[in-house]
Amino acid sequence: MNGTSTFRPVLCLVVLVALVALPVFADATGQPALTSLATRILIYGIAAASLNLVLGYGGMVSFGHAAFFGIGGYVVGILYQHYAAGEPLLGLIPGSNQLLVTLPAAILVSGAFAALIGALSLRTSGVQFIMITLAFAQMLFFFFVSLKAYGGDDGLIIRRANEVPGLNMRDKQTVYYVCLTAAVIFFVLLWRVVNSRFGNVLVGLRQSERRMAAIGLPVYRYQLAAFVISGMGAGLAGALMANFMRFASPDMLHWTKSGELMVMVILGGVGTLFGPLAGAAVFIVLETVLAAWTEYWQLGVGAILLFVVLYTHGGVQALALRLVGRRP
Amino acid sequence: MTNPASAPVLAVRGLMKRFGGLVATDAVDLDVRAGEIHALIGPNGAGKTTLISQLFGELRPDGGTIALDGTVIDGLSTAQRVARGLARSFQITCLLSDYSVRDNVAIAVQVRQGHSFRFLANVRADRSLRAEADALLADAGLADRADEIVANLSHGERKQLELVVALANRPRLLLLDEPMAGLGHAESQQMITMLRGLKQTVAMLLVEHDMDAVFKLADRISVLVYGRVIATGSADEIRDHAEVRKAYLGEGDEAC
Repeated sequence: MNGTSTFRPVLCLVVLVALVALPVFADATGQPALTSLATRILIYGIAAASLNLVLGYGGMVSFGHAAFFGIGGYVVGILYQHYAAGEPLLGLIPGSNQLLVTLPAAILVSGAFAALIGALSLRTSGVQFIMITLAFAQMLFFFFVSLKAYGGDDGLIIRRANEVPGLNMRDKQTVYYVCLTAAVIFFVLLWRVVNSRFGNVLVGLRQSERRMAAIGLPVYRYQLAAFVISGMGAGLAGALMANFMRFASPDMLHWTKSGELMVMVILGGVGTLFGPLAGAAVFIVLETVLAAWTEYWQLGVGAILLFVVLYTHGGVQALALRLVGRRP
Repeated sequence: MTNPASAPVLAVRGLMKRFGGLVATDAVDLDVRAGEIHALIGPNGAGKTTLISQLFGELRPDGGTIALDGTVIDGLSTAQRVARGLARSFQITCLLSDYSVRDNVAIAVQVRQGHSFRFLANVRADRSLRAEADALLADAGLADRADEIVANLSHGERKQLELVVALANRPRLLLLDEPMAGLGHAESQQMITMLRGLKQTVAMLLVEHDMDAVFKLADRISVLVYGRVIATGSADEIRDHAEVRKAYLGEGDEAC
C-alpha cells in the first residue's frame, strides 16, 4: 500500500522537473523545436483534460468541445484586433493585449457559451447528446467562417502575443513557461475538483443517472455545472493556443478538432487525471513524427488508436502502470 | 404538514396513467399510514412498478393527486420528493457498480446533507460521511463488505445494499419494489427481519410477489389488477376475498 501512495506524487514531481528543465535541455542539444512541441502538448493536454471531465468522469460524450477551444482563441484574437485598431468592441468594450485580462475573458466567454450549449444539449442524452453538441460546434464554426470582420475563413492574425508585465512574450521559452504555469494551476484545480463532493457525484452520474436521481440529486444541474467548468478549461487552452500560434481561425472549432481531443482522451486514459495529458503527448509526437514521413499520417494514428482501444484497457496511462507492475 | 396526527404518510387519490390505449394506472386510491407496511400485490403487468415510478416522480401521471404527509407533491421532481422523505429501492438493482459498498452509502448521505457544489475539499477524507455510512452498513450486517466493489457483490448483497442506500436518505416512506426478488430462503428471512425492524421508524409501500413475506410483514394489502385496486384489507380479508382469489391467487389454490 505504501508503494502506491508514494508512487504517484513522486512520478508527478519527476515529470514536473523534466518539464521545467525541458527548454534548457532543448537549447543545449540544439533542438529548439522541442520547446514548441512541448508547448502544444501542454495546451492540448489542458483541452483534452477539460473534455475528460465531462466525458471520462461525468459520462457525457461531448463531440463539440472544439467550440469552446475556438471561442477561447477568438476572444484573444478579437480583443487584440480592437486593441491594435484602438476602437472598442461594439463601441463599449476596449480591446486588450494583456494576457492577465484576455485569459480570464476567454475563460468567462467560453464558460458562458458552454452554459448556453450545455443547457440545451443536456436535455438529451446518449447519441442525441453527441449529435447536438456536434451540431452546436459546427454552427459556431460556420459562424466564424462567415464573420468577415474577424478574418472569415482566413482566420485572425495576432501580430504579437499578449503581454505579461515583466516578461518578454516574444521569447518562445517564456511562452512555454507561461503555458506550463497555466497547466500546473489547471491540473491542481482539476485534481481537487475530481476528488471533491462535486467530483463524487459526477462519477456517480457516469455510473447511473437513475441511482443519483433516486438518492435525491437534481441531475441536470450538476451535469450543467460540469459542462460549464469543462468549457472554461477548453477556453483557457484555446486562449493559450492563440497566443502561441499568434493566430485564431475557424479550424480551431472544426469538428475534426473535437475528434482529435476525444482521441487524446482515449489514447491517454478515459476518466484519469493525467491520462489526457499523456494522450496529447502521444498524439502530437505521433503527428509530428509520422507527418515527416507521409502525408497520410492519420492512418498511422488510427492504427495506433485501434491498438490502444483493443489491447491496453485504459489507454497509455494504464499501459505504463502495467509496465511498472502496478494495477491501473 | 397540515395535520400530521391524522394525515396518512402517503395519500393517493384517483391516480391515472395511460400508455396509448393501455390504462396502466386506473383511478387508484391508496393510503400508507405511519408505522404501517402496506403491501401491493398483483399479477405481472398489473402496473405495480408503474405506480411506484409515478409516486417517486420518475413518471408523470395523467391525472389524480399524490400527497406526502398531507402536502400535495404532484409538481415536484424526484429530487424534491426525496428531500421530503421519499425513497425507493429498485426491482432490478440500480447501484453505482464501480464504487465500493461504503461509497454507495456515503454518496447518498452526502446528497441528503445538501448541495454538492463543493469543489475543493477531498470527499474521501470526510469522516462524517464515512462514519454514517459505516453505521448504516453495520446495522444491515454488511460492515465486513464495506470495501468491496459493488460489481463483486452477490445478488442478495445487492438487494440488501439497495435497502441501506434508501435508508441513508432517512426516509419517511420507503417504496420497495420487490426487495425479495431472486433471494434464497435464508436471505429472504433476513430481509423480512430487517424490514420488520424498520417498521417503527419508516412507513413502507411494499410491492412483492413472495406471498410468504407479504403475509408475514403487511399490516394491510392492496390488490392491483389491470391498473385497478380491486381490494384493500388485512391479510385475512384479502385471503378470503372472492374477487382476489379469482383474479390473482387462482381459484381453490393455496397462495402461490
